[in-house]
Amino acid sequence: MEQVIESEPSAPVVLHVSPGPHVHSRSLSTRRMMLDVLIALAPVLVAAIAVFRLYALMQVGICVASCLAFEWLFAAMRGRRAALDDGSAAVTGVILGLSLPWSAPWYVALIGGMTAIGLGKACFGGLGQNIFNPAMVGRAFVMMSFPAMGAKAYIGSAFDVVSQATPLSAAKTHTAFADLWVLFIGNHNGSLGEVSAVACLVGGIYLCVRRTASWEIPVAAILSVALFGGIGNLMYPANAWTVAHHLLSGALLFGAFYIATDPVSSPLTPPGKWIFGAALGGLVVLIRVFTNYPEGVMFAVLIMNAVVPLINRWTIPTPVGGPWKPAKK
Amino acid sequence: MANALPTVGQRFTNGLFSENPTFRQILGICPTLAVTYSVASALTMAGAVTFVLVCSAILISQIRHLLKPHLRILVFTLTIAVFVTIADRLVAAFLYDMSKQLGPYIPLIIVNCIIIARCEICFSKQGLVPAIGDALGQAGGHTLGLLAIASTREILGKGTWGGMSVLGDSWPAWGVLAAAPGAFLTLGLLLALVNHLTDKQAKPMWPFGALFNLLGRKRQVAPVREK
Repeated sequence: MEQVIESEPSAPVVLHVSPGPHVHSRSLSTRRMMLDVLIALAPVLVAAIAVFRLYALMQVGICVASCLAFEWLFAAMRGRRAALDDGSAAVTGVILGLSLPWSAPWYVALIGGMTAIGLGKACFGGLGQNIFNPAMVGRAFVMMSFPAMGAKAYIGSAFDVVSQATPLSAAKTHTAFADLWVLFIGNHNGSLGEVSAVACLVGGIYLCVRRTASWEIPVAAILSVALFGGIGNLMYPANAWTVAHHLLSGALLFGAFYIATDPVSSPLTPPGKWIFGAALGGLVVLIRVFTNYPEGVMFAVLIMNAVVPLINRWTIPTPVGGPWKPAKK
Repeated sequence: MANALPTVGQRFTNGLFSENPTFRQILGICPTLAVTYSVASALTMAGAVTFVLVCSAILISQIRHLLKPHLRILVFTLTIAVFVTIADRLVAAFLYDMSKQLGPYIPLIIVNCIIIARCEICFSKQGLVPAIGDALGQAGGHTLGLLAIASTREILGKGTWGGMSVLGDSWPAWGVLAAAPGAFLTLGLLLALVNHLTDKQAKPMWPFGALFNLLGRKRQVAPVREK
């Protein structure tokens, strides 16, 4: 049997839209959503610049440049037009930059951008096809490659703040417990984006109000951390690391609002989003309390990303006019 | 029937390239992932597998007329176990540190699918010469696969190749490639690369297309796929 195959087949039309009037909305384009995320990230970036000055700007700048450059390169290798103007690569770059510590050397940001776009996105087929959050793939790669990067003062510390241990590391070693007000405002060491809880809240609430991010995921994650942190609090009331510390420290708020809500790698249905957020929060507390890692948001997001197809399958909504309960055979 | 089986030359080259155990059959992946963090351990592993493959080829091809169909897998496993034990004791005697490093992975060659697959496909059906050719081809293909993965992981992950410095001391070692996740990443990426480069239907990706042109090897994009 011989079958003629075109050397470069054009993509088949998989979805035929029926005739009739359709509402066309310009407000839900990828570009508009990505612009919203960038606007929402502005307060976090401002807080990071206030604490870490030019180091923050440099880190985020290298990450964005690296993500854009590799997006173009990998698209060119696949013979596609690089969609740099939709802003998705820039958002990945900003989130990656904000999730790195200020002391990370330049090549960490560069390699992080390369793996975020290459392993996180291009390998799966580009924007909308990735099962993992690209920025977290890049961060996981560099964090596991260069574990010492956050610990040593690479360029020489500029302030008192940046030479301290991060609040979660200090709590892990039982040396010091941060003041809640300091955690809320952000005047402490840590990854760039996670220092200021109030900035994350402001930007995150903007995202949810604009419906760019689903409010169910951050709310479920925060409630879940409050629940599990509260259980820990009740079991060990003498521990100075309270549930409020769990909520305000580390990347929890940044991750819950900006990373977990990535529409590509989070569930589609509202019940699924509640499950996703709640399990995410549970994993964060689990990793923080019971493992050697001081912070668990990155691994929690990656693990939950992997479970998203299952969650989607569990929570298929009943169609309009369909059976009251899904029929069992 | 005998005419349909490949000759010794075909067996050898098939094992190296078109039926490469690592990149084509994807067999023996457990040791491939576990020992390719350095070139030295990968080569030790490849040497042990080569020894077991060739010895099994000689023995099985000689006793192939005695094999009972329902007992053949048992005989294969016992034969392989004998030679794996010899290989394991030899490595422990002469390469003690490497034996410590590889841990259980040398004894685990017993369950390496490459060897039992070759026993079933070739050694129990063909004579001594094709069997040895097949064993050497498969072992060579396995060595090439391990060496490719180990070189990538060691050069990027440690900046060295076989212990020699390649990228200099200032190279920031990509630790994750020398760790367990790096094995999966490297295997996946190299597998994709091999598939892409050997796919006659695909237009070569940008740097590779240019490279083919540079080497004067114009890729023919075949319009017809024969079934």
